[in-house]
Formats: sequence, C-alpha cells, structure tokens
Amino acid sequence: MLHIVNKSPYEKSSLTSCLAHALKGSALLLIEDAVYAATKGNAAEDAVRRALQELPVYALGPDLEARGMAGAVIDGVKVVDYGGFVDLVAEHRTSQSWL
Amino acid sequence: MKIGVLVNEGPYNHQAADTAYQFARAALAKGHQVQRVFFYNDGVNNASKLTEPPQDDRQIVNRWSKLAEEHGIDLVVCVAAGLRRGLVKDNLAPGFRISGLGQLVEAGIESDRLVVFGD
Amino acid sequence: MTQIAEETESEAATEAVVKKFMFVNRKAPYGTIYALEGLEVVLISAAFNQDVSLAFLDDGVYELLKGQQTKALEVKNFSPTYRALEGYDIEKLYVERESLAARGIREDQLLVPVQVVDAKEMAALMEQQDVIIGF
Repeated sequence: MLHIVNKSPYEKSSLTSCLAHALKGSALLLIEDAVYAATKGNAAEDAVRRALQELPVYALGPDLEARGMAGAVIDGVKVVDYGGFVDLVAEHRTSQSWL
Repeated sequence: MKIGVLVNEGPYNHQAADTAYQFARAALAKGHQVQRVFFYNDGVNNASKLTEPPQDDRQIVNRWSKLAEEHGIDLVVCVAAGLRRGLVKDNLAPGFRISGLGQLVEAGIESDRLVVFGD
Repeated sequence: MTQIAEETESEAATEAVVKKFMFVNRKAPYGTIYALEGLEVVLISAAFNQDVSLAFLDDGVYELLKGQQTKALEVKNFSPTYRALEGYDIEKLYVERESLAARGIREDQLLVPVQVVDAKEMAALMEQQDVIIGF
C-alpha cells in the first residue's frame, strides 16, 4: 500500500498513526506540510529513520522546494516529483491518505 | 491505468486542490487516464464560477475547467455537498457537472486506483 | 434517456465488479463535517453491493459513543445513523483497541456492535482493501 501523509507531525498525529499501520512492503509518501518530517534535525527524524528500516520513504520535491527545505532531507528519504507520485500510485495496489 | 481522484477541500484554503491538480496533470502526462475527479466536502468550491482570485497567482477554478476541456476529464461535484455550500448548477464553472455520491463509489469501482486529497 | 436513467444504468453495470471498500474514520463528530459526510458516502455505497467495511481509529472512535445530545449545539445528532447501517447490510465495523484505550472508552459505551481489533490487525485489514476512502 502507498501511505500518503500531508500534515506536519507537529500539527497532527497522522504521521504517527500512519506509521503504526504501515506494513512491510508498503511505502510512505510525504506531501504538502508533511515534508517537514523528512528534514534533518526535526523531532520526527527518529521516527522517519526507524520507518526507513521497514519501508521506503518518499518526499514530494516541489513541496520541499516551496518550503525552502530541499537541502535538508534526511538521508535515505527519496525525493520525487509529481510524476514520481503518479508512479508510486500505479506501483501500489491501493493508496491511503492519512488526513 | 484508470485513476480516480477525490478532492475534499476548497481552493486556496488548503493545498489539497493544488496537489490534486498537479497529480492529475502528471498522471495524464504519463499516459494514464483520469477516470473522474470527484469534489466532496468543501471541495465543491473548486467548481464555483464566481471566484476572482488575484491575477498574479494560479487560477484554481479556471485551470480545472481547462483540464476538463483539454483532456475530457469528468469533473463531478456532489449534489448534496454542493447544496449545503451553495454550489448549484447556476454558479457552476465550465467543465463541471453536478451528480450524486454514487459517482464517487463508481469511480472507486471503475478506476484501478483512487487517490484522496484533503485536509 | 434522461441523465439520471443513464447514470443508474451505468452504475448498475459496474455492480458486476465487487471490490473491498474501506471507509476510514479518524475524526471526532461535530468539530468538523467529515464524520457526517463520510457516513453519507457509506450509505450510498450500500446500493452498489460492494464489500464494505468501516474502520474507526484515533478520534474516529468518538463518532460511535452513546449519549450524544446535540440540542444545545443546535446541530443534527446523526449518531443514530450508525445503527441504521446494519439495515443496509453494512456490518463490518472495526474499532481500534489502542484508540479506545487512549481515550478511556470501553466497548460497552459504543452505540453499535463492533469488532475491536488492535493496530496490527487493523493494518492487516487495511492491506486487504481495494479502495480506501478517508476524510
């Protein structure tokens, strides 16, 4: 499954909830304000690093760039564009948006 | 692949409408078919022909209309959610149509993938 | 053919396919419209003979709490609608144990019979679905 999270981990618990339900073989895509979770030094970094051991984690490049965070991505998080977003949706049988 | 899109938030207030649009455009560029874009909750406001956003920023309603025109995409506004929020046939932008929630369920059935954009 | 008749015919044709639909409820009632409008989709889905289940986790468990009294708020109390789901053959209601525990809610405080599952089981259920819709 492709898990999509769109809110900052400081605003909502959606990233935490998502990670509690993401099984091996899934993928996590961070979009919109959730891309902050993919940046070095943020409080969610440990959670994201732990997640990386179980599943691939992606962050939407245009959202990182808009927020001035393109240079701060945690090692291992793959940056994708909207085309990459589409590819992830096509690759996984279902997607779940954690709103 | 046939991809369905659900948009649950209105233009400008949330990024959902933008992300959904960019996603839909990228899907088309990759050769996928966007089976339907369904607008629910405040998402129905994406269909208002009365919006006049500042000229120096993206025109969210117009670009949905343009996408529908260029690619024949079915833009559906939920009738019940529309009535709640004052989005009716008279103030619908070009390219949008009003229909029932069944069209959302049908999109789930007919599409290979359904992606939800919201708050 | 009228537009409505055309749509109904097209909708009937798609009923041959049965997909597993899961509606995910993670938000409390009344503070936002998502619980109510989410429920409206669930009711419509009943007409399509799909394999429908509902998941309640995080604040979504509050949607099922007994004793909702909305008179002073002057908003419609839509919680009785959860009891009507059974009549629509929608009986798979999964509630997450951890979410109940974190909120100090017991199963006997819920409006309707549900299946309480833990997060791992919920994750497995989610993985089985064809379509997941949350609001």
